[in-house]
Amino acid sequence: MTPRSRLRSRSRSLRRLPLNTAAAVVFVLAVFPVYWMVLTAFRPTRDIQSETPGFLPVSVTLEHFGKAVAADGFWTFWRNSLLVTAGCVLLALVVALAAAFAVARMRWRGRRGFILMVFLAQVAPWEALLIPMYVIARDADLLDRLATLSLIYFMITLPFTVVTLRSFLAAVPAELEEAAQVDGCTRAVAFRRVTLPLLAPGLLATSLFGFITAWNEFAFANMLVIKNQDDRTLPVWLSSFSNVFGTDWGATMAASTLFALPVLVLFLVLQGRVSAGMTGGAVKG
Amino acid sequence: MGELIRGGAPFVGLDNYRTVLTDPEFWAVVRRTFWWTFVNVVLIMGFGTLIALMMRKLGRRMRILVTSGLVLAWASPVIATTTVFQWLFASRLGVVNWLLVRLGFESFEGYSWLADGPAAFTVLVLLVVWQSVPFAAITLHSALLTVPAELYESARLDGAGGGRIFRSITLPLLRPIFGLVLCLEVIWVFRCFAQIWAVTKGGPGEATTTLPVYAYRVAQSLHRYDLGAAVSTLTVLLLVAALIAYFRQLLRQEADR
Repeated sequence: MTPRSRLRSRSRSLRRLPLNTAAAVVFVLAVFPVYWMVLTAFRPTRDIQSETPGFLPVSVTLEHFGKAVAADGFWTFWRNSLLVTAGCVLLALVVALAAAFAVARMRWRGRRGFILMVFLAQVAPWEALLIPMYVIARDADLLDRLATLSLIYFMITLPFTVVTLRSFLAAVPAELEEAAQVDGCTRAVAFRRVTLPLLAPGLLATSLFGFITAWNEFAFANMLVIKNQDDRTLPVWLSSFSNVFGTDWGATMAASTLFALPVLVLFLVLQGRVSAGMTGGAVKG
Repeated sequence: MGELIRGGAPFVGLDNYRTVLTDPEFWAVVRRTFWWTFVNVVLIMGFGTLIALMMRKLGRRMRILVTSGLVLAWASPVIATTTVFQWLFASRLGVVNWLLVRLGFESFEGYSWLADGPAAFTVLVLLVVWQSVPFAAITLHSALLTVPAELYESARLDGAGGGRIFRSITLPLLRPIFGLVLCLEVIWVFRCFAQIWAVTKGGPGEATTTLPVYAYRVAQSLHRYDLGAAVSTLTVLLLVAALIAYFRQLLRQEADR
């Protein structure tokens, strides 16, 4: 390296200093609450109670996790949340894919009205529909059932899924499908073989949204599961947990960590796949 | 409620709306809801745009670091992070109070954030902004990536400065996705319920009661499900009125295609 180029690279890194400092601040602000949750969950009670908080894990304990897992029915609620969420995501994907295809690829009377309706449905304050939903579920004998929750979360996530898949689908040129049809594929096969693989990032993104919505939902789960306490989901349990344990922040944070874990793991896995899918598409295109 | 379920409820016309609309408390809640939405959305869009622009300038390693930080914050479940914020702002042993005292604000020793109206409002704004900025920043950043680099290059060759490039190239090309993100954030913040209910239940007093919380309060604690439903309907109408400009633009775009 010549002295001059070294000088230049040093002046470049100096120029980048404010930018990188800002980036570091953003990173710390974004990560700190989650870090603090995990740290508190692993920290012995006497450290949590100390007047001067330490910011690094010095000694680690699993006592809070033991307390959270040993709580009544923890694993049942965990499984309930998972079942409800999976049902919602699968239903939403199938229905939304069909709707997005109709909106993005076909010309029909009332298409604009349909799009407007879907956008309007996103505005629906679901909290406001608690009472009518409760009445419907009661009359249809659907109270205290996980399938009811799946169905409601499916309805909540459907508008967003349709809108998003539509814009992903619109970005895939229709000519690709037409070329496959000219080569002798039926419309369905052309869609499945040509367009569907290119939609993978969109499908992953929308299923992620569905997963998070269903996993997090609280108001309906609280309202529609009353008698059969074994059918409660994790958020409802977590909210009552902070009532039961009061200011035992260690156990509360351990429960929050266990609740957040599956979403974070899924995000990690999907994040890699999404970007891989995008570059794969770019190379092929 | 029993009337409603048995189906024996009499039709009351617009009586419930009259009751709600003539209640000064309702209008106070409406004003508070618009203020709540305005503060949150301005902060979310401001920080989101700044972070997106910053991410484009960053080197590869720093960009991955910031992205993963944002994704972590975005991915964490609302109920979990809401619980964490209560711990951060706890009056005793809370790390925020500790930090503020350390910085010389002695009055924050054992300060109870949720006992004071404006302070509770601030905590909720910080919570919602922290939860919402990652989505805005990541979406705007990926939209920025779709702007062809050649456009920037030729603008720079023509002698345009950073501010001019932002105004003449970045902003017009980003307008559709910026509009979409803005619209979604307005909807989400306006309707926000779980966070407010979990942290303050609309209190102290009425300081953090926005329309969805108000509707729930009226329905649940006063057992006036009819009035609660009227408030919810009015909430939807207000939101639609606020967004009508965006819908018209969307329809015009659809017509152009």
